[in-house]
Amino acid sequence: MKYIDEYRDPNRVNTLIKEIQTTIRKPWVLMEICGGQTHAFLHHGLDMMLPNILELVHGPGCPVCVTPLEQIDRALAISILPDVIFTTYGDMLRVPGSSHDLFSVRASGGDVRIVYSPLEAITIAEANPLRQVVFFAIGFETTAPANAMAILQAKEKKLKNFSVIVSHVCVPPAMEAILGSKSNRVNAFLAAGNVCSVMGYHQYPAIAKKYKVPIIVTGFEPVDLLRGVLLAIQQLESGQSRVENAYQRSVTFDGNRLAQETIYSVFQPVDRKWRGIGSIPLSGWGLRTEFSAYDAETRFSVENITTKESSLCIAGQILQGLKKPTQCTAYNKQCTPQTPLGAPMVSAEGACAAYYHYHQGV
Amino acid sequence: MCLGIPGKIMELQEQSSPLMGKVDFGGVIKSVCMTYVPEAKVGDYCLVHVGFAISLMNEEEAIETLTLISEIASMDN
Amino acid sequence: MEYNEFDFDGYACSIPHQTKEKILLGHGSGGKLSHDLINNFFLPELKNAAPRNKDDAAIISLNGRRLALTTDSYVVSPLFFPGGDIGKLAVCGTVNDLSMVGATPIALTCGYIIEEGLPLEILKRVVHSIQETALEAKIYIAAGDTKVVQRGGVDKLFINTTGLGYISEGINISGSNAIPGDVIIISGTIGDHGIAILSVREGLGFETDLQSDVAPLNHLVKDMTSAGEIKVLRDPTRGGLGTSLVEITQQSNVTIEIYERDIPIMPQVRAACEMLGFDPLYIANEGKLVAFVAERDADKVLSIMRKHQYGQSAAIIGRVIEAGKPRIYLKTIIGGKRIVDMLPGELLPRIC
Repeated sequence: MKYIDEYRDPNRVNTLIKEIQTTIRKPWVLMEICGGQTHAFLHHGLDMMLPNILELVHGPGCPVCVTPLEQIDRALAISILPDVIFTTYGDMLRVPGSSHDLFSVRASGGDVRIVYSPLEAITIAEANPLRQVVFFAIGFETTAPANAMAILQAKEKKLKNFSVIVSHVCVPPAMEAILGSKSNRVNAFLAAGNVCSVMGYHQYPAIAKKYKVPIIVTGFEPVDLLRGVLLAIQQLESGQSRVENAYQRSVTFDGNRLAQETIYSVFQPVDRKWRGIGSIPLSGWGLRTEFSAYDAETRFSVENITTKESSLCIAGQILQGLKKPTQCTAYNKQCTPQTPLGAPMVSAEGACAAYYHYHQGV
Repeated sequence: MCLGIPGKIMELQEQSSPLMGKVDFGGVIKSVCMTYVPEAKVGDYCLVHVGFAISLMNEEEAIETLTLISEIASMDN
Repeated sequence: MEYNEFDFDGYACSIPHQTKEKILLGHGSGGKLSHDLINNFFLPELKNAAPRNKDDAAIISLNGRRLALTTDSYVVSPLFFPGGDIGKLAVCGTVNDLSMVGATPIALTCGYIIEEGLPLEILKRVVHSIQETALEAKIYIAAGDTKVVQRGGVDKLFINTTGLGYISEGINISGSNAIPGDVIIISGTIGDHGIAILSVREGLGFETDLQSDVAPLNHLVKDMTSAGEIKVLRDPTRGGLGTSLVEITQQSNVTIEIYERDIPIMPQVRAACEMLGFDPLYIANEGKLVAFVAERDADKVLSIMRKHQYGQSAAIIGRVIEAGKPRIYLKTIIGGKRIVDMLPGELLPRIC
């Protein structure tokens, strides 16, 4: 497969691993902030090939995992309503609310349907005019253009039976929250390549300068990830803190302007609670007033539900890269993918679930 | 963030709104919304995420990346 | 019927399991939920009525002769998919379960549960398919049953089968037989069936010329057993190759090493998996088997497999490296190493 196979070439991988080994002198902490990157490191066994003195930590880059518990509970309450067809990306099905998840809603008779693209939710709405179609619009910036388009389509087609639960989160505020925290250990960031395919990387130089951390825009294939690691190490070893683009085949400084304009025509920055971390100002996107009619949480006015997080779950520390999943007392005991206690164990991209699946106790 | 996969644009449905096209991922062809890459041409490669093309693959940059790595390899040898 | 007349060697079943109050779809997916349901619900509930082996078919000793018995239900949707249909699937699935314990299939029964309103033409096509496949596999359809339920009672058509076979002297195939040194062989490309089905599913659909690999494997197995010592056979259906390998390592209590680079996969399956975020190791196959073969016979068995219609892409994908601990190490395509675990539940397409 073009643009994939070349970046999985074992020779190139070896070249980069060797170069990383010769370059690194001090122990550094590198954070990658994308669930897809966490997954890729573990899936290809890259994490085991990196030098031991390099510590790779995983940030809150899983929009599935960081959706606030209250919002999951509200989504679950909406999904079980009669007449509602609840459409969602596949990842959300296993996310546990306070007491259950979308799987069990489906088992109880709720009409829950997985869609690959948000436009399918629009098609379902058009095909079922007598039922209410709700779309769970989660994601980072990468998914926002798609989710925005669905909402614009609903407006254009004057659909009365379509609404969305918006749970959009943004990467740069999360990075600042982590870097600005007293307990921060992160020395350099691998920025999420596909977020940057949409947003560009013009937001990062200010962060790199303020916190004096190298930020490398990094892709997802083994060669991309290792290049990102190498460039970060090279900068760290020479005391630099710049932004570099290691995913040039897809990312430009400005990003996709048209996608950004569309996002801003539908969404506006809002304060957002991140499950496991807390509230980060202006770290999310909500619907602009002119689209508020499509807000499912208003349309269905579900009561504020009391939520209960497990006291054993140390998601906050995991998501900030302060602890590894293996350092959690509940990991692989009370907390497993079948019985997840918290956010990072829920989807395969959560750090805990990825560790469990690819490492178990090994 | 997220699962984006490169594919080759096989067809653009000019009359569709939003702009739709067909992308080949290597034996699997899927209908993709091309609205965010209006400059795309048939034969280009694009990055697809949840059924939307979000960027076009820059072949020159790709070649340069791989060349950089070859240079590292030859410096080692 | 007295249980004492027979020596049941094993309870063979692949029904799901649950940890919560309701059965979830994930309980039927072949992953961890499914296994938990068998181990933590069915077997304890059935107690002495069901001894335990966990191979694809149960082995019954009757007057010194070994018979194999298996059951399965077919609920595939859509009924007709690229490369096959529910009828072909029903016969092949049953034949293959018997073949996986080394049994020569003799006969199967076919129970049809039909939704009111199903066009007769559809049923005719399915039954014709059953007949054709049974002829190819040389299995006799011994008995049948038909039930019709009200609209909505089942999704168009479900088929349940029971298969019967006999195991010849000298054949001893079981998931618990693997020992260090055994070579692991897959009979062909993985994931074809699962992806072919997905391609015609609403929503996730995509265009491809990929076909299901559904096929009866008994003749291939016969060739294999005459070429060398076959220790373990498994057809990696729901849950895929990954799940089958996990099951075998648990039954035999061994550690195995497999090589991602050597696992044959069609480009279309790879592409679809990349697109949806699936791991091909967990996608269903309906015309493939994985075999653990005695080291000295591996090359001979591989060679004979490749001569067979259903083994042309057969490949060695790993070996058993150590006894005492059930584990799978996968050497990745880039030279890294990771573990292969069971899927938690249903395979979900990802966005991240």
